[in-house]
Parts: sequence; structure tokens; C-alpha cells
Amino acid sequence: MTSELQQIETQVQSPNPNPYEEYYRTDRLPHIWCPGCGIGTTVNCFAQSLINAKMNIDKTAVVSGIGCSGRVAGYMNMDSFHTTHGRAIPFATGLKLANPELNVVVYSGDGDLFAIGGNHIMHAARRNMDLKVICVNNLTYAMTGGQTGPATPMGSTTATAVYGSYDEPFNMPSMMDAAGAVFVARWTTFHVKQLEKSMTEMMHKKGFCFIEVLSPCPIMYQRRNKQGDAVDTMKMYKEKSKIKNGCPTFETMMYPGGDIVVGKFVDRERPGYIELMRHHLHEKLGEDFINEGVPVCA
Amino acid sequence: MQAEPSGVLTGVHFMDGDHACCEGALAAGARFSSGYPITPSTEVVERFAARIPKVGGTFIQMEDELAASITLMGAVWAGAKAFTVTSGPGFSLMMEHIGFGVMTETPCVFVDVQRGGPSTGLPTLPAQGDMMQCRWGSHGDYEMIALCPNSPQECFDLTIKAFNLSEQYRTPVMVMMDEVVGHMTERVVIPAPEEIEVTPRKYTTKPPGEFFPYRGDGAGVPEMMKAGDGYRFHVTGLTHDERGYPEFTPAMQAELIPRLINKIRGAVKEISMFDEDTEGAEVVIVSFGITSRVAQRAIDLAKERGIKAGRLRLITAWPFPDYKFEELASRVKAFVVPELNMGQMSREVQRAVNGKARTIPVLHPGGAVHHPEDILAAILEAVR
Repeated sequence: MTSELQQIETQVQSPNPNPYEEYYRTDRLPHIWCPGCGIGTTVNCFAQSLINAKMNIDKTAVVSGIGCSGRVAGYMNMDSFHTTHGRAIPFATGLKLANPELNVVVYSGDGDLFAIGGNHIMHAARRNMDLKVICVNNLTYAMTGGQTGPATPMGSTTATAVYGSYDEPFNMPSMMDAAGAVFVARWTTFHVKQLEKSMTEMMHKKGFCFIEVLSPCPIMYQRRNKQGDAVDTMKMYKEKSKIKNGCPTFETMMYPGGDIVVGKFVDRERPGYIELMRHHLHEKLGEDFINEGVPVCA
Repeated sequence: MQAEPSGVLTGVHFMDGDHACCEGALAAGARFSSGYPITPSTEVVERFAARIPKVGGTFIQMEDELAASITLMGAVWAGAKAFTVTSGPGFSLMMEHIGFGVMTETPCVFVDVQRGGPSTGLPTLPAQGDMMQCRWGSHGDYEMIALCPNSPQECFDLTIKAFNLSEQYRTPVMVMMDEVVGHMTERVVIPAPEEIEVTPRKYTTKPPGEFFPYRGDGAGVPEMMKAGDGYRFHVTGLTHDERGYPEFTPAMQAELIPRLINKIRGAVKEISMFDEDTEGAEVVIVSFGITSRVAQRAIDLAKERGIKAGRLRLITAWPFPDYKFEELASRVKAFVVPELNMGQMSREVQRAVNGKARTIPVLHPGGAVHHPEDILAAILEAVR
């Protein structure tokens, strides 16, 4: 027993530290996520994308709402904001407008971003606000015990739909495309390399960017729906996912038992809110326009 | 510290309370506002939207008040002084972020130009029915600072004061206007920048690693930092420790919440402002906001009849100045409390007076201001 413990100790002190350690508040570990949850996988991809994109961590902020994915902000070793339910995007909007030099990432879940926060995500996409939005879609409100959400597949059993859900879910990429996002992708936690690549790409893309990541929720969603554990979900992702980069987003709707269309669907250019504001006010006001952004107060 | 000159429109003006409030915000250093239109408050942000590109800063019109009330907090954490403006229905939607601002100790200002309620109520007519909402409207337990201007001049002065208090105590501060004060046009004197006192944000000078963003100083108020400076800090609406990390324990709750409350409760005398004339009074008319202007007429009428009527105008509604009433209750017969609601601040007066003198509320559901005669009748009743 003692020798085993010593062995573990030796492993921990290995000369090859976790490359992401710098990006995490290791003093906050262990995290709160359930065994088999996919959020941690997405966070590793996020950390790797920050390395790949050579982001200045001191100039990067992560903003979360409420829920399981809303807890990401608390584990990232950077300026981080765990805001109110659904309001990560407007908070992030204020942060970005007041200091456009910040790289502002919104990290939250399907319920937070598309139900209670649905209004805000549409409008931020419409404005082409320069925000990087990562939406972890676990198909349910997991933090509160697995209730029906805006992404719950029809027919699912949930804590609030014990006879099965008859509530049609959103197709997030299609909605984000229609609202005006300049970058829209969907992956699953099976596609770690692709996800990491999309996240990396997004870091240097100007404007409102959106990535949906399907993530297993073995405890709060799958158990009720007899879908096995996280490994079963990974197998399902592997089997059902069809990579279709550039696929029109109206063809990306997911149906129970059907294919999961993944890939980068939208990558276009549109002037952003701050750019338009500055250009317009300069045109209208000329020299009277003080184009210095929002000053830091004394 | 004196005001930054670019935002100060020094001179003598003829303007309404909404516009004066906007000028107060600019003079105080507000360079960011996120708003959503609602009568009778919209003129404040309309003016801000027109003024700010020439002063240097940003206005954004958000999709609703839920967004408006937290977008400004994002701006604050990036280093801006920021505010939003609304009226009843919008104020209801903003409640969650008033709580978030209290919990995360985000200095900022909310202006509520009160109209008749509940619900859509009387969009274009006055009331003072949000006084308890501004105190208790967000869930949980907290203290609030709220100021009540009774003239366009005070809309200017008290908006500056609200920003200063928000920085001093690192907390949201409410400016509780009403439709009449917001739309009344009067002389407003805006002083020279060097004559305007502005409280700077208490940025920490401690390096990252040595700084605890939620450790109070002697008065329970922590220093501040902003995003992008390498502090790698965490801000959460959850109960949190001195580092800002969530901790769900009764012990942490017992440490955090009393600190948040006591930093304001303990400073009630420093925060409280009155317009007082109670020397020799046997009855004191307690009023706030627009009602004080009508009350003054009633006081004058009472004095004409030889009644020793005094005036206590609450410029600070919250934290409630219990001490002032304890002091007055021992030497006056009664308090007459007119207000444009069905009994909000008058109950506070009653509570603070604690039976030592009579409290006579003069209630009005809003939509208009009182008739001075109604207040006079209560004064006569008090001295009978």
C-alpha cells in the first residue's frame, strides 16, 4: 500500500507537468463535474487553443453564466466572471466595449445561452460583437438535476418530462447563422482535435464566433434515457457524427437516433459593432468625435 | 479628486431633471452607459448617447433591461464608471443585477425615474412606489444606498454623489427620481470641474498574488482591480472567500454577508443627508423627492396658523437614518409623512420612532402630487 502511494507521489512530481496547468486554478481542484462529464474535455481543448493561438492570458477574460458549464470560469486561471443565469453575454459585451483589447470568451451551457439567455445571444450575434462563445450542449439542465432544456431531443425523459419531452429543441448553428454570427461550428467531445482547431481559429477571428460542443451527461441525462455511460456516448458520437464543413446550417438539425452533422459551417466577414460605431461616429462628428474608447476611471 | 473637465458642462442652465441627471453622471466621470428605453427616464440616456461620443466613452442600447443592468457591470470590471437608467417595469427586471452588484461589490449607479405602478401602471405620471423595491427588490439580505433628488439641480448634484458613494463603499447606488422631478425644468448650476468633488476608484497597489479582492479594509470595503492587469481574479455571485472563490459554507456566509451589510450600516451617519429645519418644532413633516416641494407649502400654511411645523427632508432614503428619528422623537409630538405610495417610508418612520411620537402617513397612490391642504390637514390633526 505504502509503495503504491509513493509511486503515485512520484508520478505527480514527474518532470513533465500538465501543459495546461498554468491555465487552471489548480487550487480549485478537484472540480465539481460528474464522472464521465465532457466539460473537462472541452476545457482542455480550450487551454490548448490558447497555447496554439499564443493568446496573452492576462488580456483574456472568460465569462460564464450559471450551470455546469457556467462553472468553467471559476477553474480558468485568468480574469474570470461567473455572472447571473443567462447574462454572460451582456456582461461580456460591457467588458469588451469598455476594453476592446481584451479577448473575451463566453463559456456556458445550452440552457444558459439559449433559454434564459436566448435573447442576448441573438442580439450579440446581430451586432457582431467581438465575443468568442463556447456552448457546451449536454442536452439538459444538469446542475439542477436534469430538466428539459432548449436543446433536449424530442422524446427524452427528463426530470420535468417523465412521460417524455414533446418540446421541439433549437438547432443552434442555424439560429446563430441567421442572427449573423461570423463563425459557427459544431463538434462533439469525441472530436478533440477538431474542436481544438476550431477554438484556435476562433481566437484570432474578429467578430461574434460560436462553437457548439456536444458533451456527454451520463448522470443527469443519459441515465434516465438508458443511454449508458460516457464511453457509450463517445461510441455514439463516433458512429453518428458526419463531418460536413461548410454545410448549410438549415441541414444541421439533430434528430433522436439520427446523424450528428459536425464541422465548421460558417466562416465569413462582417464589420463588427465597435468598428461600425467608430467609423460611423467619426463620419458624422468628424473631429468632435473622441475616438479613444472608454477611459479607465481614476 | 476633482472632476475630469471633458465631462463637465460648466455654466447656468435651464434643463429638466433627466438631463441634469445625465450631466451629473458625466461630471462624476461616467463614460459608459447601457440602456433600454422607458418612459419617463429615457431622456437621461438620450442625452448621454448624444453627449458621450464628444466626451469620450460609449453608450449602447441593449435588448432589454436584464441586459442593460449587467452590461454596465462588465464595463465597470474593465475599468469604467458606468450607470443605467430606468423606470418601474424596467427596474423590476434589473433587480437580479442589483443583487449581483451588491454581492460582487461592483461600484455603479442605477437611476429609477419612478412612475405609477404596479406593472405598466402610469407611464407618464409620477409616483414614489419603488422605494421599498430599491431597498429589498433583489433576493437575499443586503443594505442599499438610495438618494432622492427634489429638483433638477439635485438630480445633477446627487447623481455625482451617488457615483462617489458607489466608489467609496464599492456597491451599487440608487438615484430615486420621479416623473415630476425628471420632467420639471429649472435652473441648474453646473460648477467648474475643480469645484466638483469626485471620489476615485480605490485600485489596489498590491501586486497579483498578494491582493485579495474580497478582503475588506477597516471599514469592510475591499480595494478594486480591473480585467487585463494580470490579477487573474475571479468574480462570482456565489458566496465567496477573500480570493473571490466560491465557498458554500455557513461559516463563509456568516463572514461575507455581515461584512457587506455592515460596511453600509456602520456608515449610516456618514452617508445620511438631510434638509432639516426642526428647531423648536412640535410636529415634523418628513418627506423626500418631489413630495417635499408640496410638503413645504403645507409647512408654510401651518406656520401661518402659528403651528410649530418643522421640516425633515430625507435626501438619503437608504440606509434609513433611524438615529435621526430616535433623536427627534424625544422632542416632537408627531411626524407627518406624505408620500406618493400607499405607505412605504412612513412605515420606516413609524418603526424608527418606535411609539415615542405619533406618525401620521399622508398617502397618495400616485399619478399626481399631493394637495398641500391634505398634508396641512394631517399637520392640524397632529397638533390637535
